[in-house]
Amino acid sequence: MRLILDLAITHIAGRGRQTLVAIIGVAVGVGFSVAMAALMQGGQDDFVEQLINTMPHVQITDEHRTPPRQPAEEVFDTAVISGLRPREDRRGIINPTAALTWLNGWVPGRLAQSLKTQGIIRYSSRDVGATIIGVDPEIEQGVSPIVDDFREGSFASLKAGGNNVLIGDTMAARLGAGLGDTITAVSSIGLSRNFKIVGLFHTGTTARDEGEAYVLLKNAQVLSERANAINEIRIKLNDPNAAPTVAHRAEAELGYKAVAWQEANEAILEALVVRNIIMYTVVAAIMLVAGFGIFNIISTITHEKARDIAILKSLGFREHDMRRLFLLEGVAIGTAGSAAGWVLGFLLVYALAQVRFELAATGQEMTRLPIAWSFLHYLLAAAFALASAAVAGYLPARRAAKLNPVDIIRGAT
Amino acid sequence: MTVLIQAENLTRILPETVPVTLVKDVSLSIKEKEFVAVTGPSGSGKSSLLYLLGLLDHPTTGTLTIDGKDTGPMGETERARTRLAMLGFVFQFHFLLPEFTARENVEIPMRKLGKLSRTQMHDRATALLVSLGLEGHLDKRPDQLSGGQRQRVAVARSLANDPPIVLADEPTGSLDTKNSEQVFHILETLVREHGKTVVAVTHDVDLAARMDRQIHLVDGRIAMS
Repeated sequence: MRLILDLAITHIAGRGRQTLVAIIGVAVGVGFSVAMAALMQGGQDDFVEQLINTMPHVQITDEHRTPPRQPAEEVFDTAVISGLRPREDRRGIINPTAALTWLNGWVPGRLAQSLKTQGIIRYSSRDVGATIIGVDPEIEQGVSPIVDDFREGSFASLKAGGNNVLIGDTMAARLGAGLGDTITAVSSIGLSRNFKIVGLFHTGTTARDEGEAYVLLKNAQVLSERANAINEIRIKLNDPNAAPTVAHRAEAELGYKAVAWQEANEAILEALVVRNIIMYTVVAAIMLVAGFGIFNIISTITHEKARDIAILKSLGFREHDMRRLFLLEGVAIGTAGSAAGWVLGFLLVYALAQVRFELAATGQEMTRLPIAWSFLHYLLAAAFALASAAVAGYLPARRAAKLNPVDIIRGAT
Repeated sequence: MTVLIQAENLTRILPETVPVTLVKDVSLSIKEKEFVAVTGPSGSGKSSLLYLLGLLDHPTTGTLTIDGKDTGPMGETERARTRLAMLGFVFQFHFLLPEFTARENVEIPMRKLGKLSRTQMHDRATALLVSLGLEGHLDKRPDQLSGGQRQRVAVARSLANDPPIVLADEPTGSLDTKNSEQVFHILETLVREHGKTVVAVTHDVDLAARMDRQIHLVDGRIAMS
């Protein structure tokens, strides 16, 4: 093997400039692949992290995935019932205390109950449609990230009790209201109540900043005339990846629809998969181009070294040795290119990590590009490069191995 | 004396559109320590016969036995192994690897065979080259050597694994008279003093006459032996 390696190195070193170009080709491919993967993975991680932080990992609502089976359906095989409505639709999670106690017993994380109702927030003859969310502030802060998003006032102000409300800064701007002003909340069943604004939050999500109002759970229950009712349980898990399992178990036991964050964002996560496929396709294309460079040099070497092939065969080298020799030359170029590409990739990723900018338009500040530092990116890029180098080297190697030494010797003499 | 090479009705036909017969029904036997010349006019099949005897080419029909082993059923690996251990080649043009020094060129067959240690290979290559008068040129590349020196390096390489048979294809064909004489003398010494069997293709009638035996080919057939 050492002899074959010596011969391979001698061959590629003999074509210094061409070898260098091929190595640079692979290095650029590997380097940019690493940088692109770091940037895309970083963006994806950042996006998923925001997704996980801003929404509950599991959301249990008072809905059912399928309508409950009717007695007629149990008795008759052919019974079809549609458009059935109960006389009085009192929605909400039945026996919430038992459900919460059961969940608290095994869920590895924190959970909070709430009552969501639709209504209108009115101030100084201006109306804004809103989702009025009744929460228990003591436990809500363990689940909701909104606690840290206050521009004025704080989430803790809700704990003081009384008729206090927290609204988004965009809603406040639309109403023309500010901290300390009193607004009127009108529920969907027509009940109204005055609340004093004790906090203005800004989450960066327009739908929330413009359309959510937080009040004490009791106040929401009064507004919707549903004493002790809740219609949502939100769970923050210690391990967000456990969400599907927890959701599945909760739904099976409680009968209510329990949605894991992965299910809620299935389309987005699918889009990320598609994005990754596109990225790796581009990486493969870059490597393919680099592979042509390797193919070119190995082909040239096999052509130029035809006489050496004849000599080596006459000395007792086998076809297999010749194949290995030229394959090794391709892989050697791929390895050298990969090593140089790793250095280039690291420098590119480092440079990208230094980029700073601000997104002033949304009022959000984003100081750095999201970058993922992962050795896996380096390994994948090198694997792609080596695979394409091996293929690029194998084709001319196979041709070289099949050369008939007699034909070459006759040609030389 | 033991027969080292035995050929029976060797025929080599190139499968072209119009098939070309290179060697036709050649039967011969070459014993150990024989110095045999293969002569004949251009295109008579001398080199083709040598390539068949050296297992570089396959006969279309006929059988070839080397050191008692029938080469017909041999696979590519066994043929390569036989070439490496049993046969040494010297071509008209030195056919040295241009990137390697004289000593490295001689070491290559030994490294391929893998029987000696690195030091032993180094010492043997040095000894072979010195014995052929190349003591001052061990670390020179082929392009730094004269034609005669290159051919002597090629002879040294053919002897690297101490093969019993040396096949030479016009070994003096590209050399001047002085260098031709030198190379011929080396080949003769191999037979007389080292007990090798040398089969050499040559155009040179005088050199051929000084060998033990001549096999004269005409149109691929043995005309005289």
